[in-house]
Amino acid sequence: MKIRGGSFFKVSINAPTKTNPWLFRFAVLTACATFLLIGLGGLVTSHEAGMSVPDWPTSYGYNMFALPIKFWKGGAFFEHTHRLLASAVGLLTTILAVWLRLKDSRRWMHWLGVAAFLGVIAQGILGGLRVTMKMDSLGIFHGAVAQTFFVLVCAIALFTSRFWIELAARQKELPVLRGLRRHVLFVTILIFAQLLIGATMRHQHAGLAIPDFPSAYGKIWPDTSAAAIARYNAERIEVTNVNPITAFQIILQMIHRLAAFLILAGVAAAAWLARKRLGGTDSLAKLALFWLALIVLQIALGMATIWTNKAADVATVHVMIGALSLVTGALWCLIGFGRSASPLPDAQTFGVFGVQASMMANK
Amino acid sequence: MKYSSIFLLLAVLAVTPILRATDITGVITLKGTPPPEVDLGPTMSEASPDCAAMYDPAKMPTTHFYVVGQKGQFADVVVLLKNVTGKSTGTSAPPVVLDQKGCVYAPGIFAVQIGQKIIVKNSDNCIHNVHTISAAGNTDHNDAQMAGGADLTYTFDKPEAFLKFQCDVHPWMKAWVTVVDSPYFCVSGKDGKFVIKNVPPGKYTVEAAHRKLGAQTQEVEVKDGDATVNFTFEVK
Repeated sequence: MKIRGGSFFKVSINAPTKTNPWLFRFAVLTACATFLLIGLGGLVTSHEAGMSVPDWPTSYGYNMFALPIKFWKGGAFFEHTHRLLASAVGLLTTILAVWLRLKDSRRWMHWLGVAAFLGVIAQGILGGLRVTMKMDSLGIFHGAVAQTFFVLVCAIALFTSRFWIELAARQKELPVLRGLRRHVLFVTILIFAQLLIGATMRHQHAGLAIPDFPSAYGKIWPDTSAAAIARYNAERIEVTNVNPITAFQIILQMIHRLAAFLILAGVAAAAWLARKRLGGTDSLAKLALFWLALIVLQIALGMATIWTNKAADVATVHVMIGALSLVTGALWCLIGFGRSASPLPDAQTFGVFGVQASMMANK
Repeated sequence: MKYSSIFLLLAVLAVTPILRATDITGVITLKGTPPPEVDLGPTMSEASPDCAAMYDPAKMPTTHFYVVGQKGQFADVVVLLKNVTGKSTGTSAPPVVLDQKGCVYAPGIFAVQIGQKIIVKNSDNCIHNVHTISAAGNTDHNDAQMAGGADLTYTFDKPEAFLKFQCDVHPWMKAWVTVVDSPYFCVSGKDGKFVIKNVPPGKYTVEAAHRKLGAQTQEVEVKDGDATVNFTFEVK
């Protein structure tokens, strides 16, 4: 029998403990809604629509949930639907936190639920302040917290899965080498840093700082002198409300390009090492291969973002695949470290968090 | 008494031409071929069909970064006397109107004094948000303006070149205002000509600034009679 929804996790289910499948499904639902929310947030920024509804928590003076449809137009459509979906994710996360508190016997899971609840509240306030304080820089934090929150909710989904409970019982059989675990952790951190760079690029609201690829203004490394920047800006005919570009933004995009290939190399190495050390049929080897496919797709989307002059839909999918890449790396780490943790005497305990982990009872 | 009054009047008339304020005039010219403007139609149609419907499909608006006549006459260049500060009469100057009509701003480039009112109108049958973005410490604003809503009024208290107005509901809508700390400024017209009126005698640095091509300066001395200074911008 396979775990529902995870063809990569072909671990037979002979779990020693009971799980709560509805809690797991609800956590997955929350994660999926969060993923969509990241996409919708990406659309808001891609369409330069973040400030189209100037007030918060009201919308054009209306209760957010009662804004007449006639106002759902242009940039306001993206911003307002983002707010509504964010409210839905807030509700789902609150229910998830309460559910974990009531039905999961692991105390650390209670705290994860609390962290998710506080995270979604903080994220909502951050999004609101970004509007009311008119601060672009808050948008970067808003994007970063979104990615972190997505990882947290996906981790909760993982920890509530039958796969995770079973893993706790089988960890002796499935150790992952320390070097490989550390390598994947490093690459995952690198992906997070790359997402921060991407968020910074997007929240400068300057459009494409470099309009060509693989060259950069026709060169391997672009001229960033004041005269060159003035020339680039003079040649740009911006259709949307984007700001003039600066040398900082050009350098940032060059770092983003270089980091992308570093990540590709890192993930390719992880996939190769996992296959070599764990065998091709191992779930982590397959997950690493999936991760590699995501990174290749992500790089293709990055190139397409430039070649389409930052088409909103392409740029947004680039954001979403970035989030998936981070989560994949993070879950790989959790599973890898989980499989390799020193088991406690009780086979039903789990050492990742140093506390008893697997006693999920259907209360 | 009568003779003394006539004498005094003659004396004033004799001295006035020497002290009277004069105009600084000139022509702005663009050399070279600027990049082509972009048709806003596709963006408008995709993001807000209501706005696109206001236009004949064959005559959709375009961007207006380079407004150039056939002989290179260069419009939308802000000309001002640099380093003349503390002379603003903005609080008593008539307000400037910035209209949102057909989902575009008119005018796209303009200038005001510190403290001078800018009245923003919404002549469209749709909502706009009026979002100002300053790079020089002026207060940023972001206000919704309903269709048929009351006019919005803004003033700025620091000099700034090309402070941006934008609408995020319709992200192609943008206008720039230059805020000046004196009444000595103007914006070149479609014929490329400009006039800075009533400049007192003296030596000045005249600055001409274009949104895309940056600023140039020239020294000029205003004496008896009008002064002329021309600028030539170049697209490389």
